[in-house]
Amino acid sequence: MFAQVYGDNGKMKEYHYSGPVEHRFSPYSFNGGTVLAVAGEDFAIVASDTRLSEGYSIHSRDSPKCYKLTNTTVIGCSGFHGDCLTLTKIIDARLKMYKHSNNKSMTSGAIAAMLSTILYGRRFFPYYVYNIIGGLDEEGKGAVYSFDPVGSYQRDTYKAGGSASAMLQPLLDNQIGFKNMEGVQHLPLNQEKAVQLVKDVFISAAERDVYTGDALRICIVTKEGIKEETVPLRKD
Amino acid sequence: MALSNVVETPASGFNFENVSRNVALEGLLEGGHTKAPKPMKTGTTIAGVVCKDGVVLGADTRATSGEVVADKMCAKIHYISPNMYCCGAGTAADTEKTTDLLSSNLTIFSMNSGRNPRVVMAVNILQDMLFRYRGQIGASLILGGVDCTGNHLYTVGPYGSIDNVPYLAMGSGDLAALGILEDRFKPNMELEEAKELVRDAIHSGIMSDLGSGNNIDICVITKQGVDYIRPYQESEYKDKRQRRYKYRPGTTSILTEKIVPLELEVVQETVQRMDTA
Repeated sequence: MFAQVYGDNGKMKEYHYSGPVEHRFSPYSFNGGTVLAVAGEDFAIVASDTRLSEGYSIHSRDSPKCYKLTNTTVIGCSGFHGDCLTLTKIIDARLKMYKHSNNKSMTSGAIAAMLSTILYGRRFFPYYVYNIIGGLDEEGKGAVYSFDPVGSYQRDTYKAGGSASAMLQPLLDNQIGFKNMEGVQHLPLNQEKAVQLVKDVFISAAERDVYTGDALRICIVTKEGIKEETVPLRKD
Repeated sequence: MALSNVVETPASGFNFENVSRNVALEGLLEGGHTKAPKPMKTGTTIAGVVCKDGVVLGADTRATSGEVVADKMCAKIHYISPNMYCCGAGTAADTEKTTDLLSSNLTIFSMNSGRNPRVVMAVNILQDMLFRYRGQIGASLILGGVDCTGNHLYTVGPYGSIDNVPYLAMGSGDLAALGILEDRFKPNMELEEAKELVRDAIHSGIMSDLGSGNNIDICVITKQGVDYIRPYQESEYKDKRQRRYKYRPGTTSILTEKIVPLELEVVQETVQRMDTA
């Protein structure tokens, strides 16, 4: 009796008899995870939780979703883990090819443009990945580029993606973009306050989103290099 | 002659008139990329153990609505009668209303017959009702109680199946909890040992299952009475936010203001002291 309780993808089935059901193989699966990027005056932060889940189970508590691309760029990928891994391998290979042909590393803006074409190349069988690139642009200012699964992108100051994105984005709009507030001083964001805000925002996301939790990996990109920090989150 | 304003007794069972309307709405909503509202499920871990002196029931306190936590401190152990409590997993509304209905029925029975209800009676009423609704009521229940015939633990499934067992777990975290129970259960355990076992089983469900979380509630039912410990153990994860997010008055702009004076006259005045000791 209990075998029928769980449907195809591990989620509990609705309790009613719906007649004969045709089961189709789905090439995608949703592995959860939330990614966040913030751009400052001379720094950029890319943060992600480290939980890998499927249905109601946890595959891993230590699977960070930020990947270092160059000394000045970090990418955060969440969605279907298989596609995240393949996509980052492809980007790494393309970065190497560029370095060998042009004798210099790719800039953040160039990586973003390239990723957009890679994603659109698979327009009719997309990579199920929500990407956010964070890094420094040619002038040394912080840059954040956010993508949709088929390659549409734009440069932002801050962006949240993944399962808890709908909860985090309004909070960032308010705290970093000063939206929906009157009579508040628009102080520029410094690195310390940005890191504190990112930690607090993920603690809140872990409270209410079941797919976010376990630990938080923060990558801080400055002209000195990339610094990583890990903070524990709720494990339940 | 029947009066025109006499209310007709509704037909028994569910009224399925709205199904075609819902299907049409869903089609419209999907086109506009919005989803129909999901009912709140308890995506839960509940467990029960029979020990030497009585029955110990345990539950987590998280209620989810899809992937969002709707309630962090929801009560899943429901009162049935002074000697019986019931844990519920599945659709939250279904478990609450079913146990409420059972409790009312048993109170009426107690008053009519002058006896405390037996656990088997409660189980039979539940089974009868859930089977009649053919699984449309999504409630998986663990019923535990102590009566004149001894300590009992039963499970009732959403389609009306029952099982009488010495230890049990239900909900989305049942497999994790059952692992702990299978390992450490012994017949005729002491009360404290049984409480620790149930706590550990629920804890394992909380850690391994995404639908369960937050705190642990325990309910101990013995011949002497009931000890409903809520929470038995609070979650060790308190939100430790570093900054304070308070807003000054005036942060939200006031666009228009309209003041309507209420003219009242004082008819009676009573003063009640607050006990601020």
